[in-house]
Amino acid sequence: MDAHTTSEAQAHPGYGTFIKVWVVLLLLTGTLVGLSHVGQTAAVWGLLTLTPLKAGLVFYFFMHLKYEGPLLKAVVLVTLGTLLIFFALLFSDVAFR
Amino acid sequence: MTEHVHRDDFGSRLGMWLFLVTEMVLFGGLFIAYSAMRHRYPMEFHQAGAELNATLGIINTVVLLTSSLTVVLSIVAMQRGDKKRTIGFLSSTLVLGLVFLIIKAFEWSAKFHHGLYPNAPHLATLPPGEQVFFGLYFSMTGLHGLHIVAGMGVLAWVLYMVIQNQVRADRYVHLENAGLYWHLVDVIWIFLLPLFYLAA
Amino acid sequence: MTAQPSFLENTGSRKGILAWILSTDHKRVGLLYLYSMVSFFFVGVTIGVIMRLVQLTTFQHLVTAQTYNALFTLHGVIMIFLFVVPGLPAVFGNFFLPILIGAKDVAFPRLNLASWYFFMIGATLAILSLFTGGGAPDTGWTFYAPFSIKTGTNISLAVFGAFILGFSSMLTGINFITTIHRLRAPGMTWFRMPLMSWALYSTSWIQLLATPILAITLVLVILERFFGIGIFDPAKGGDPLLYQHLFWIYSHPAVYIMILPAMGAISEILPTFCKRPIFGYKAIAYSSMSIAAVGSLVWAHHMFTSGMSNVAQMVFSLLTMIVAVPSAIKVFNWVSTLYKGAIDFQPPLFFALSFIFLFCIGGLTGVMQGALAINIHIHDTYFIVGHFHYVMFGGTGFAFFAALLYWFPKMFGKMYSKKAIYASWFPMFIGFNMLYFGMMILGMMGMPRRYYVHLPQFHWMHVFATVGSWFLALGLLGFFGTLLYAIFKGEKAEDNPWGGVTLEWTIPSPPPLRTSKRFQPSPRAPITSRRRTRRD
Repeated sequence: MDAHTTSEAQAHPGYGTFIKVWVVLLLLTGTLVGLSHVGQTAAVWGLLTLTPLKAGLVFYFFMHLKYEGPLLKAVVLVTLGTLLIFFALLFSDVAFR
Repeated sequence: MTEHVHRDDFGSRLGMWLFLVTEMVLFGGLFIAYSAMRHRYPMEFHQAGAELNATLGIINTVVLLTSSLTVVLSIVAMQRGDKKRTIGFLSSTLVLGLVFLIIKAFEWSAKFHHGLYPNAPHLATLPPGEQVFFGLYFSMTGLHGLHIVAGMGVLAWVLYMVIQNQVRADRYVHLENAGLYWHLVDVIWIFLLPLFYLAA
Repeated sequence: MTAQPSFLENTGSRKGILAWILSTDHKRVGLLYLYSMVSFFFVGVTIGVIMRLVQLTTFQHLVTAQTYNALFTLHGVIMIFLFVVPGLPAVFGNFFLPILIGAKDVAFPRLNLASWYFFMIGATLAILSLFTGGGAPDTGWTFYAPFSIKTGTNISLAVFGAFILGFSSMLTGINFITTIHRLRAPGMTWFRMPLMSWALYSTSWIQLLATPILAITLVLVILERFFGIGIFDPAKGGDPLLYQHLFWIYSHPAVYIMILPAMGAISEILPTFCKRPIFGYKAIAYSSMSIAAVGSLVWAHHMFTSGMSNVAQMVFSLLTMIVAVPSAIKVFNWVSTLYKGAIDFQPPLFFALSFIFLFCIGGLTGVMQGALAINIHIHDTYFIVGHFHYVMFGGTGFAFFAALLYWFPKMFGKMYSKKAIYASWFPMFIGFNMLYFGMMILGMMGMPRRYYVHLPQFHWMHVFATVGSWFLALGLLGFFGTLLYAIFKGEKAEDNPWGGVTLEWTIPSPPPLRTSKRFQPSPRAPITSRRRTRRD
């Protein structure tokens, strides 16, 4: 616990970091919108790649996962992994029915 | 009870994250339902998605992303002991949340106006896939809206505690946790935008 | 250490009932859960006995077919959501988890009390749904769409009750995981934790990862009923099978929520009465985690006849067989613990052994149903009902009784009459097997579940099973009567009546309100009952 509080104290990022991340998020949103005008395939690929990327940025920076220990990262990964497996197994029915 | 107060900020954040796990899975269930239905009715989802006002959806995305930024900035300000800025950032988040809800209300009422709501006579004439699309649209954005309201409630409460100096530079885990919740609501919207508005 | 007043006497600043219902002490919250759950359990038992009476056709004028539908729905809802799901975690987890790992309390004591309130609110709503709206729910505890979105009975309130109960369950899960991660005493490393803590840890993860799916499914049912959103309604393009998927994504892992803590308690009881460390500590700990993981991936074996794809049928059949492996690992380890142990035959061990016997029958019939061909023959018959009760009642129920007998002296500081417990075991065990084995035979013969009437060729077996239900009820009355008597009139129990070596036996019975100061387990002291003397 002590080790944690000290590491936290030195790692406080400033305003700039988060504003940069915000700009990137807006740019990604713009790209996503642009892709949706290009065509259906591009829109779907945009959805599948850029959306998780945006969510990842929010998780990693805004939600401070970058500055947390491995436990919280593991918690998030386990959750996302579980959802992915639920999804895959459901599609073993839906896709082959 | 006059217990010795055991403080464990990391424990609090862990508890909050575990709560967020349940929220992620809650919406995850809806996303799974969405994908199963979209797989079944690709064309209908395409058609129905065109009915939605993408511009409003995009504006709302920008609003929410900015509100997320102000929350995280309020934490930076708090870490630097800058109470005034903390209050300023938090208040702007609340205002942005309100803006989001107002835009959402306009959007919903337009849909109601066009008879595109569950159990509407007009909707019943559309193909089944489009009915499901609007069923999902209202359930998911509605539930998300409820989370926005809840998040604003939590942030308002934290704002009060900041003003009262109960949340301050040496103990601000409440602020962090409220922020985490708000960011998660933002993340959910990040997924809702392409699924509904840009699907077309 | 001077004698402190126990947590039962020391009421702090509050008096009377307020000292209980406002207390955030984990021991008191545990007892609140115990009292409320046992009360609900007896409501469920009563309904069960009435349902058996209906199958003796002479009693059918008492209960109409519609009431019978309500009865089996209610029996399921009460027993599952109000008894076995909260079951061991809420009672023994709350009471003993902090003590077992040397913590003062759970990580979020107020949240803990709140979870009890959620539990009571959910229970009240579920019971209110019987008397309000369009009458008692008649869908069965599974609330299958599209019937649940069409029926005129008061599904919405019952489902909302279940939603709130889910909340209670999630809060308990959050609490336990945080407690285990953050509040273990110095020296209490992960692999020194008693196996009960491992079981609770894996259970909590399932609670977190599966319960929200149920919550959202139930919300969708409510939205469907009020607004007609059409996601589960085939008339609007929805998919009822999607409901079944979402429902079982939670409800299958839920049976592991029910059974894992039971297995944890058995892993505590056996070594104590065999006077030797548990065999294969790490294997049991890991098997808890792997049951939690694989058990979340087998849900669609409830849907083999529902018309889902052949690919999914084969995938889920395979996964169902795989999940039997970690369960079997546990059973083999328990039996190996008994081997060459200095067995001290006491009531808790008696019930623990009954658990192993009944759980084996329940578990093996489960593997059998995982085979696609057999499943189609016995789907929706009494065989399923029998199997389910072997696992849930013979498994979790008997483990709950074993745990209650094991920890009763610690919780109440009183000892019960062992003779009376043995005496109630016999009707319980014999009645149990008559009832549920009878049901399995009925199912094999072709008797469908949830039917109000039956064909004449099934009658003799129904009579046999019903007589069994009387023995079972008699045994249960004797069991809880004995314990109730012991609370008031029992002899004073010693601090360590069984010779246990885990931390709860190092403190007075019943424990004092504050237990923290006593716990300074040095890394060399025996913390769990596993083998360590030679290594250290």
